[in-house]
Amino acid sequence: MTEHKKQTIIPIGPYHPLQEEPEFFKLYVEGEKVHKLDIELGYNHRGIEKISESKHFDQVAFAVERICGICSTSHPFAYVNAVEDLAGIGVNDRIKYIRSIIGEMERLHSHLLWLGLAGHFIGYNTVWMWVWKYREPLLDLFEFITGNRQHYAMFKIGGVRLDIANNDIPRIRKMCDDLIPAIDLFRGAVMDDPVIQSRAKGIGTLTKKEAIDYCAVGPIARASGIDIDIRRDNPYAAYGMVEWKVITRHSGDVFDKIVVRILEMYESIKIIKGCLKGLEKEPEGNIDLKIKNIPAGEGIGRHEAPRGEVFHYVRSDGSNRPVRHKIRAPSFMNVATNQITTTRGTVSDAAITLGAVDPCYCCTERCVVIDKKTNKKILSGKDLIRLCQEKTREISGKLNKKIE
Amino acid sequence: MNKLILKALTKSINVYHAACSPCNNCDIEILDCLTPRYDLERFGMTLVGSIRHADAMLVTGVPNMKTAKRIKLVYEQMPKPAVVIAIGSCACGGNLFRNSYNFVKPLDEIIPVNAYVTGCPPKPEAMIMGVVKLIKALKAG
Repeated sequence: MTEHKKQTIIPIGPYHPLQEEPEFFKLYVEGEKVHKLDIELGYNHRGIEKISESKHFDQVAFAVERICGICSTSHPFAYVNAVEDLAGIGVNDRIKYIRSIIGEMERLHSHLLWLGLAGHFIGYNTVWMWVWKYREPLLDLFEFITGNRQHYAMFKIGGVRLDIANNDIPRIRKMCDDLIPAIDLFRGAVMDDPVIQSRAKGIGTLTKKEAIDYCAVGPIARASGIDIDIRRDNPYAAYGMVEWKVITRHSGDVFDKIVVRILEMYESIKIIKGCLKGLEKEPEGNIDLKIKNIPAGEGIGRHEAPRGEVFHYVRSDGSNRPVRHKIRAPSFMNVATNQITTTRGTVSDAAITLGAVDPCYCCTERCVVIDKKTNKKILSGKDLIRLCQEKTREISGKLNKKIE
Repeated sequence: MNKLILKALTKSINVYHAACSPCNNCDIEILDCLTPRYDLERFGMTLVGSIRHADAMLVTGVPNMKTAKRIKLVYEQMPKPAVVIAIGSCACGGNLFRNSYNFVKPLDEIIPVNAYVTGCPPKPEAMIMGVVKLIKALKAG
């Protein structure tokens, strides 16, 4: 009698309590062991690159903000870097400092948010409630500086929208000081807790070689021992002007991914404090260079988002709109690493392993047509846009009938 | 509506959160309602993992080609009577994505929507306000 192996498919998604966003994972399971993982993306595709071609340069900064809510500063940050690269604009120090402060505050809020959700994924809701409680003062500060809790809309080409008054600086500094004991608390709670250690240590391991093969970026790469950080490797804004260091760990398991993010929060606070020191010396006002014309040409912009490197490419033909706007988000690389990491564990670990990359699918969803045999792109950007419009009209007609 | 059903529907609401291609912000703010600052659980509201346990469905994001069919399926599985609340400008009317090629049609043409909470994203206070207004409207008949 031959042994007949039975495979069960466990679907996670599209609507699943684990996920904020609709995404579909198929776990092929033998007994308890995960054998294979299928990732199906596309539930979140909204065609942002195409939309951004229909907006003028100033509007795009606010449109790309709507790609993702959690890292809603990183896309405008990379976009203004790209346009300023295109037009050859150099901004003054005050603008640089304010941009870096907002970028780092966002990293703090994003890492706190993820830490809470990680606790939620492993069923440790106390961590979730704690962390989100201490995240609120940070959101209050965002509201105080920018007027919004989320979607800060601070970035514009050649400047920032709002200034940080010099007499508000002590308040920001106090918030940073208040946050340090809270992060100490999480560090103690997470790193010394036997429950979290047993759920996270040695789970979902990604080795250094695999991280390189999958082009992992951000905290995922740094937890596997790859020392990359755009802020240090290719300094922009004020990151080259303040003291801080890149955090790396070596084993690449879920525990290290948690530790990297917790320790990065201390560095973010260090950067914010350094920037505030610089900001005090700069005269107030003077936060907008009032750029009128964007010349023809192309530019790239990069930013180290909380999840890794964001890449924006902008091409202009001298008109007031980008002709092409290409976005590559960090989760696009990081989500693929799930294919290795989940197959090393059981079903019960799949939740935290999938969650550990801090996935952000709304950033990730792009569209490319590829020939399966040769792996070549068979359609140019123009073809794709034309096809999209035709197909959409056709399918949308059918779909409307079906729904009614 | 029957008195007993109305009481069951408006007390201790079990909330299910369904996202059809959001930017995550409304989703974060929904979760924020449950955490210590706003703490909706003191009114007995909880987030449930399954649509079959839910009294109310919170929908965020624009319905796109892939999620439009599925959001209708999810709605059909919800035990009636139930309410649907559209959270955020995207779910209410499409926001800047209304001109996108992947946008199908507004949410309220796919499933019936009882309340709209606009904003990009709405603050947690606004969501709580929306729910309170909806309960008042249900009670008034």
